[in-house]
Amino acid sequence: MIHSLFLINASGDIFLEKHWKSVVSRSVCDYFFEAQERATEPENVPPVIPTPHHYLISVLRHHIYFVAVIQSEVPPLFVIEFLHRVVDTFQDYFGVCTEAAIKDNVVVVYELLEEMLDNGFPLATESNILKELIKPPTILRTMVNTITGSTNVGEQLPTGQLSVVPWRRTGVKYTNNEAYFDVVEEIDAIIDKSGSTITAEIQGVIDACVKLTGMPDLTLSFMNPRLLDDVSFHPCVRFKRWEAERILSFIPPDGNFRLLSYHVSSQNLVAIPVYVKHNITFREGSSQGRFDLTLGPKQTMGKAVESVLVSSQLPRGVLNANLNPSQGTYTFDPVTKLLTWDVGKINPQKLPSLKGTMSLQAGASKPDENPTINIQFKIQQMAISGLKVNRLDMYGEKYKPFKGIKYMTKAGKFQICPYNTPFTGFSLTVLTNQIHVFR
Amino acid sequence: MSGRTSTYLLSYNDQGGAEAAVEAGQESTPTSSSTGAAFGLFSADFKKNEDLKEMLESNKESLKLEAMKRIVGLIAKGKSASELFPAVVKNVASKNIELKKLVYVYLVRYAEKQQDLALLSISTFQRALKDPNQFIRASALRVLSSIRVPIIVPIMMLAIKEAAADLSPYVRKTSAHAIQKLYSLDPDQKEQLIEVIEKLLKDKSTLVAGSVVMAFEEVCPDRIDLIHKNYRKLCNLLVDVEEWGQVVIISMLTRYARTQFTSPWTEFDENKAFYDSDSEEKKDQTEAKPYIMDPDHRLLLRNTKPLLQSRNTAVVMAVAQLYWHLAPKHEVSIVTKSLVRLLRSHREVQYIVLQNIATMSIQRKGMFEPFIKSFYVRSTDATHIKTLKLEILTNLANEANISTILREFQTYVKSQDKAFAAATIQAIGRCATNISEVTDTCLNGLVLLLSNRDETVVAESIVVIKKLLQTQPTQHGDIIKHMAKLFDNVTVPMARASILWLMGEYCEKVPKIAPDVLRKMAKTFTAEEDIVKLQTVNLAAKLYLTNSKQTKLLTQYILNLGKYDQNYDIRDRTRFIRQLIVPNEKSGALSKYARRILLAPKPAPGLESAFKDRDRYQLGTLSHSLNLKATGYQELPDWPAVAPDQSVRNVEIVEPCPCVCTESGSESEEESSEDSEKTSSDSGKSSSGSEKSSSESESDQKKKKKTKKAPQKKSKPAGDRYTEIPAVCHNLKHCLFPQNDSKKPTFRTSGISLFYMSFQVTTSSFGPLKTYELLHHMTGKGLSAKYHFPRQPCLYQPSMVAVQVILTNSSDHALEEIHIGDQSPASLNIHCFNTIERLEPGASVTVSMGIDFSDSTQAANFQLCTKEDQFSVSIQPAVGELLMASTMTEQDFCKEQGKLQGMNEASATITMATANASRQAINKQVLSVANVGEVPSSQNNFSRFAGQTVSSRALVLVSLELSESSGALLTINTEKSVMASMLLQDLKQALAQA
Repeated sequence: MIHSLFLINASGDIFLEKHWKSVVSRSVCDYFFEAQERATEPENVPPVIPTPHHYLISVLRHHIYFVAVIQSEVPPLFVIEFLHRVVDTFQDYFGVCTEAAIKDNVVVVYELLEEMLDNGFPLATESNILKELIKPPTILRTMVNTITGSTNVGEQLPTGQLSVVPWRRTGVKYTNNEAYFDVVEEIDAIIDKSGSTITAEIQGVIDACVKLTGMPDLTLSFMNPRLLDDVSFHPCVRFKRWEAERILSFIPPDGNFRLLSYHVSSQNLVAIPVYVKHNITFREGSSQGRFDLTLGPKQTMGKAVESVLVSSQLPRGVLNANLNPSQGTYTFDPVTKLLTWDVGKINPQKLPSLKGTMSLQAGASKPDENPTINIQFKIQQMAISGLKVNRLDMYGEKYKPFKGIKYMTKAGKFQICPYNTPFTGFSLTVLTNQIHVFR
Repeated sequence: MSGRTSTYLLSYNDQGGAEAAVEAGQESTPTSSSTGAAFGLFSADFKKNEDLKEMLESNKESLKLEAMKRIVGLIAKGKSASELFPAVVKNVASKNIELKKLVYVYLVRYAEKQQDLALLSISTFQRALKDPNQFIRASALRVLSSIRVPIIVPIMMLAIKEAAADLSPYVRKTSAHAIQKLYSLDPDQKEQLIEVIEKLLKDKSTLVAGSVVMAFEEVCPDRIDLIHKNYRKLCNLLVDVEEWGQVVIISMLTRYARTQFTSPWTEFDENKAFYDSDSEEKKDQTEAKPYIMDPDHRLLLRNTKPLLQSRNTAVVMAVAQLYWHLAPKHEVSIVTKSLVRLLRSHREVQYIVLQNIATMSIQRKGMFEPFIKSFYVRSTDATHIKTLKLEILTNLANEANISTILREFQTYVKSQDKAFAAATIQAIGRCATNISEVTDTCLNGLVLLLSNRDETVVAESIVVIKKLLQTQPTQHGDIIKHMAKLFDNVTVPMARASILWLMGEYCEKVPKIAPDVLRKMAKTFTAEEDIVKLQTVNLAAKLYLTNSKQTKLLTQYILNLGKYDQNYDIRDRTRFIRQLIVPNEKSGALSKYARRILLAPKPAPGLESAFKDRDRYQLGTLSHSLNLKATGYQELPDWPAVAPDQSVRNVEIVEPCPCVCTESGSESEEESSEDSEKTSSDSGKSSSGSEKSSSESESDQKKKKKTKKAPQKKSKPAGDRYTEIPAVCHNLKHCLFPQNDSKKPTFRTSGISLFYMSFQVTTSSFGPLKTYELLHHMTGKGLSAKYHFPRQPCLYQPSMVAVQVILTNSSDHALEEIHIGDQSPASLNIHCFNTIERLEPGASVTVSMGIDFSDSTQAANFQLCTKEDQFSVSIQPAVGELLMASTMTEQDFCKEQGKLQGMNEASATITMATANASRQAINKQVLSVANVGEVPSSQNNFSRFAGQTVSSRALVLVSLELSESSGALLTINTEKSVMASMLLQDLKQALAQA
């Protein structure tokens, strides 16, 4: 399956290579560089590239390309999913997944890659199994190891590998038994200029941090499970029980994991927590443009909208922007033409606004496009879909755990498009007018 | 990789040719340091490597480890460290596990080049293969098989064979991986390896399943016959296999199903279309020639469906393609939601999923139409994602949604990403050709775009308008005139050429403008691009033929210019046109046809999806993604016209049951020995044929027999001990379930090996019979139905619970054609009784059914139909009825109970009613609730009962410990924790009441 892996940084250097079968020369990456040159943006490199003898499947994360070399037919998603799993593992081990972190821990990286694949086929990808095999490097452990001469590598087969619950290691012990669940929802939306929703959907996850002794068996039930339209589970969740009773029943992995992710589709009505009033105009013949943008809360159930960040890619003709924010700070990068405004918290009494002028290149014609506005925000203690956890019960262990649940809503890909939706350009009335013009 | 022959040199490809040559040279002088020197660049490294050698040869473990870590760093950077081989290989037997692992890494990387030295390490691995620690055995095999040295092939073969029989499933998994490695090293070993694969395919461990199927796919994907016997097992294990294995197994089973089952599509669709008009006839015909899905086919679909909820995108995609290629058309749409969910994943995942959706959406618009908004383009998407979304939106466009889609397109056209804007214009053109209602609207929208400031947009619009006008050869003179006006400002050659072509093609519609355009072109001809020049010549020729009075001189001028052009294409074309249109003595017969040649009506270009023919590749594959056949791609076979023999998948009993059968109800056996003989002869008959449709007629006969017996049965008062069908001795039951090997439940022990044990399933011979109402005679318009669970193994399928239904006609007229109609959930597996032709007033009849509840108490809903009416009814099983009594000894019971501790145990302290103090009373109460068998107990205060679930054969152990006073501790041990808690409730209730 997966023959080799090359890690390539933003400047095009191959800084790590690993081969699981015979060595494939790194010159195979030339095909990748070729594709990279053709692509205007780093994201535009096609994920699957055919070469005369191999196929390259790559993912881009944290400005590093992970390029897998394949020699024969394999589902591309298989490889892509695995590569992402590799990145997740690195992040889990080193806190960050950067070139520096990987270079510093190259031995651990190599040990990990060795365990994750055997002959190109995934062997152990479950984080807690890997952690039993290879202990994550910490400063303390490095010190202890240098003194005592002990190693980071486990000598026994991880217990998880053979058990029915491979995601959980045995013999877990905590003095404080706690289980925390974070319900995090992201809204993806496209809103038109008048504020009506073109499309909106919610992507939610329940991330858990479970530190419980022994083999606890948890059940989590919701007030309104019907909301969960389409879900995907961590393998620990008992699917049959969910089907029958809409209850999440599971033996949790130890530590952090994603219990569930769900999707509330665009067919449902989605509440939009903020509104934007904006007016960006350019006049023909003038070298000035007007910029006027106001934000306000909407359908937030009384919760504060925080960490608001507005960004917009202004047209190429804009030379500079001279704006005046009522709160927060703004920056305009004259090279990339990217305007960002760090708003902070929205005060419903005094709505934040950003007003001013933009100077255009002299002599350039009026930009024919208005910019799209992207917004980021956070709302604590609220899940915008209305999902609520009813209760969490534990079976199988005697002690009483501390349980906590937190809700948060965030903006995902939240964008305001610069036009009104009514479809003027292509309507039939215009057709007749146009023909008159022709005559 | 299958093409690789014995030597490793072929593994280098031509790209690495230069380096391969260098390294090959190095092989001949293994220890020479010339490599490093030859490059010159590495001289510094080379010096460093000297001190690495010293470190490796030192006595200090920590120094060695430090050296190995630096060497691994070198390997990771792709720098050569091969000259250290002798120093490194010495440490292969190190006690330090980390050091050892790093040496393994090194060895696997360089052994191929230093074959002789690599052999020194082999004996260490051979020793490690016998290590008591399974982890060490496994890693030794891993490294041994990764050393690509042809000499050790026999040693590897031996090691693989041994490991395949290892007690540890982890080692067996490793051996499955080693099979592929050995095969790529030496394909001549194929036959022997297939034997090992065959053996490992029989393995019941979920750990092994994925890896061995992977080996199967690599080594012998055409040996479908090896799968037959393991098909059902693989289907059933699938949910528990690790996620990567699931992907491989699903794609293998997709191919398998395509060779073994008949198509669920064609027949069904044909019937539907053909008989749509005449419903009466349709019914008859479909009954005559129905499509019956093979139960194994259904099993695969049913068992893969839950995996759509997997967090692994590759698994979801694998299931989606399985449904696409195997499921009946109306069931495919269940995958839609999950695929749309994947669109929120990483960019690369989106790319692949969108490609697959694009292919699917061409054939099945309806599947994705409700989710059309999920394909709206965002300004932050990467270009290739945008174009794919555009493709899908275009595919999904229809009369109903076109206006919204066009509105979206309108915003896309204004995008700053000009390549994307151009693609959008193409898409508008496609919508316009596909949906005739909007052709005019689109055309005019495109005309509006002609006044766009951006040139690429204008040019693309012109090109698309040209194509559209060709498909719509109606009165579009106005648009052509408008384009003529634009002509001066358009500079993109392709667009200019398109306008010229349009002028020429429709010159009769613009008789005044066309010659003027030609005049302008004559002025600028020399400065134009080639493609524009060619079209100018074309225009001139066409005008000469239609309007020679005005254009004769112009044409001649242009032809003269063309004659001396630098480009020979243009010179050729000019010469050809001149001969064709200007009559002279040499031109001959052809010029007579000039008009017909040049002004012939031309077929409109088709505007088709780029994904139109992608469906020749299996979805989700690399080949599909690239739209070219990847190496090693397995063609998805077409459905066979006639299904091959189905019985090949039946699994025989491998071994006779070793345990001694302790019959529980000897008295009952005596009582009805006559009956038991009858049953045994019946079952003997059924075992001779398979349980499939071929033996349907036989089972019909059996049913009839039973219905005759029914009145007798009814005469016994309810609550009496049910002794109609007695405990049958165990060898008889083998006959009853010839294909059932799952009678030997498997237990995963925490330790090394898988452990099989056999337990007898006994037919509970006593226990009160509870009758439940299915249909009241008031609601049933005279038809009433009651059901009870006879607690005997179901004859139709071992995973079904037997249900007997008593139908009574309490109306004053005869009821006809009583049968079972629609069932829900659709996946429910019910064995229906045969249609009862006629039921006289006052008469009643008992029929038996089999229902597979899949070990859940979810109600089975179905319709009970008579000739005139349909009644929706449902059977809700009590949890205790989903069990089968099993017999085991007290020791076995305790042993099994020990394995089902922790999460598999549910217990409660209960208060017993005083009337239930005696053992008999307890037995009676427990057996009334659940179909379990009593385990003979040596302790007085202990009552134990054993059973197993009907569907998955999971063991259910009930034990009751009486304490002083009326308290008791009730414990249930089973893997099915939901069942345990429900059963606990039921038992608690039963024991608390008198």
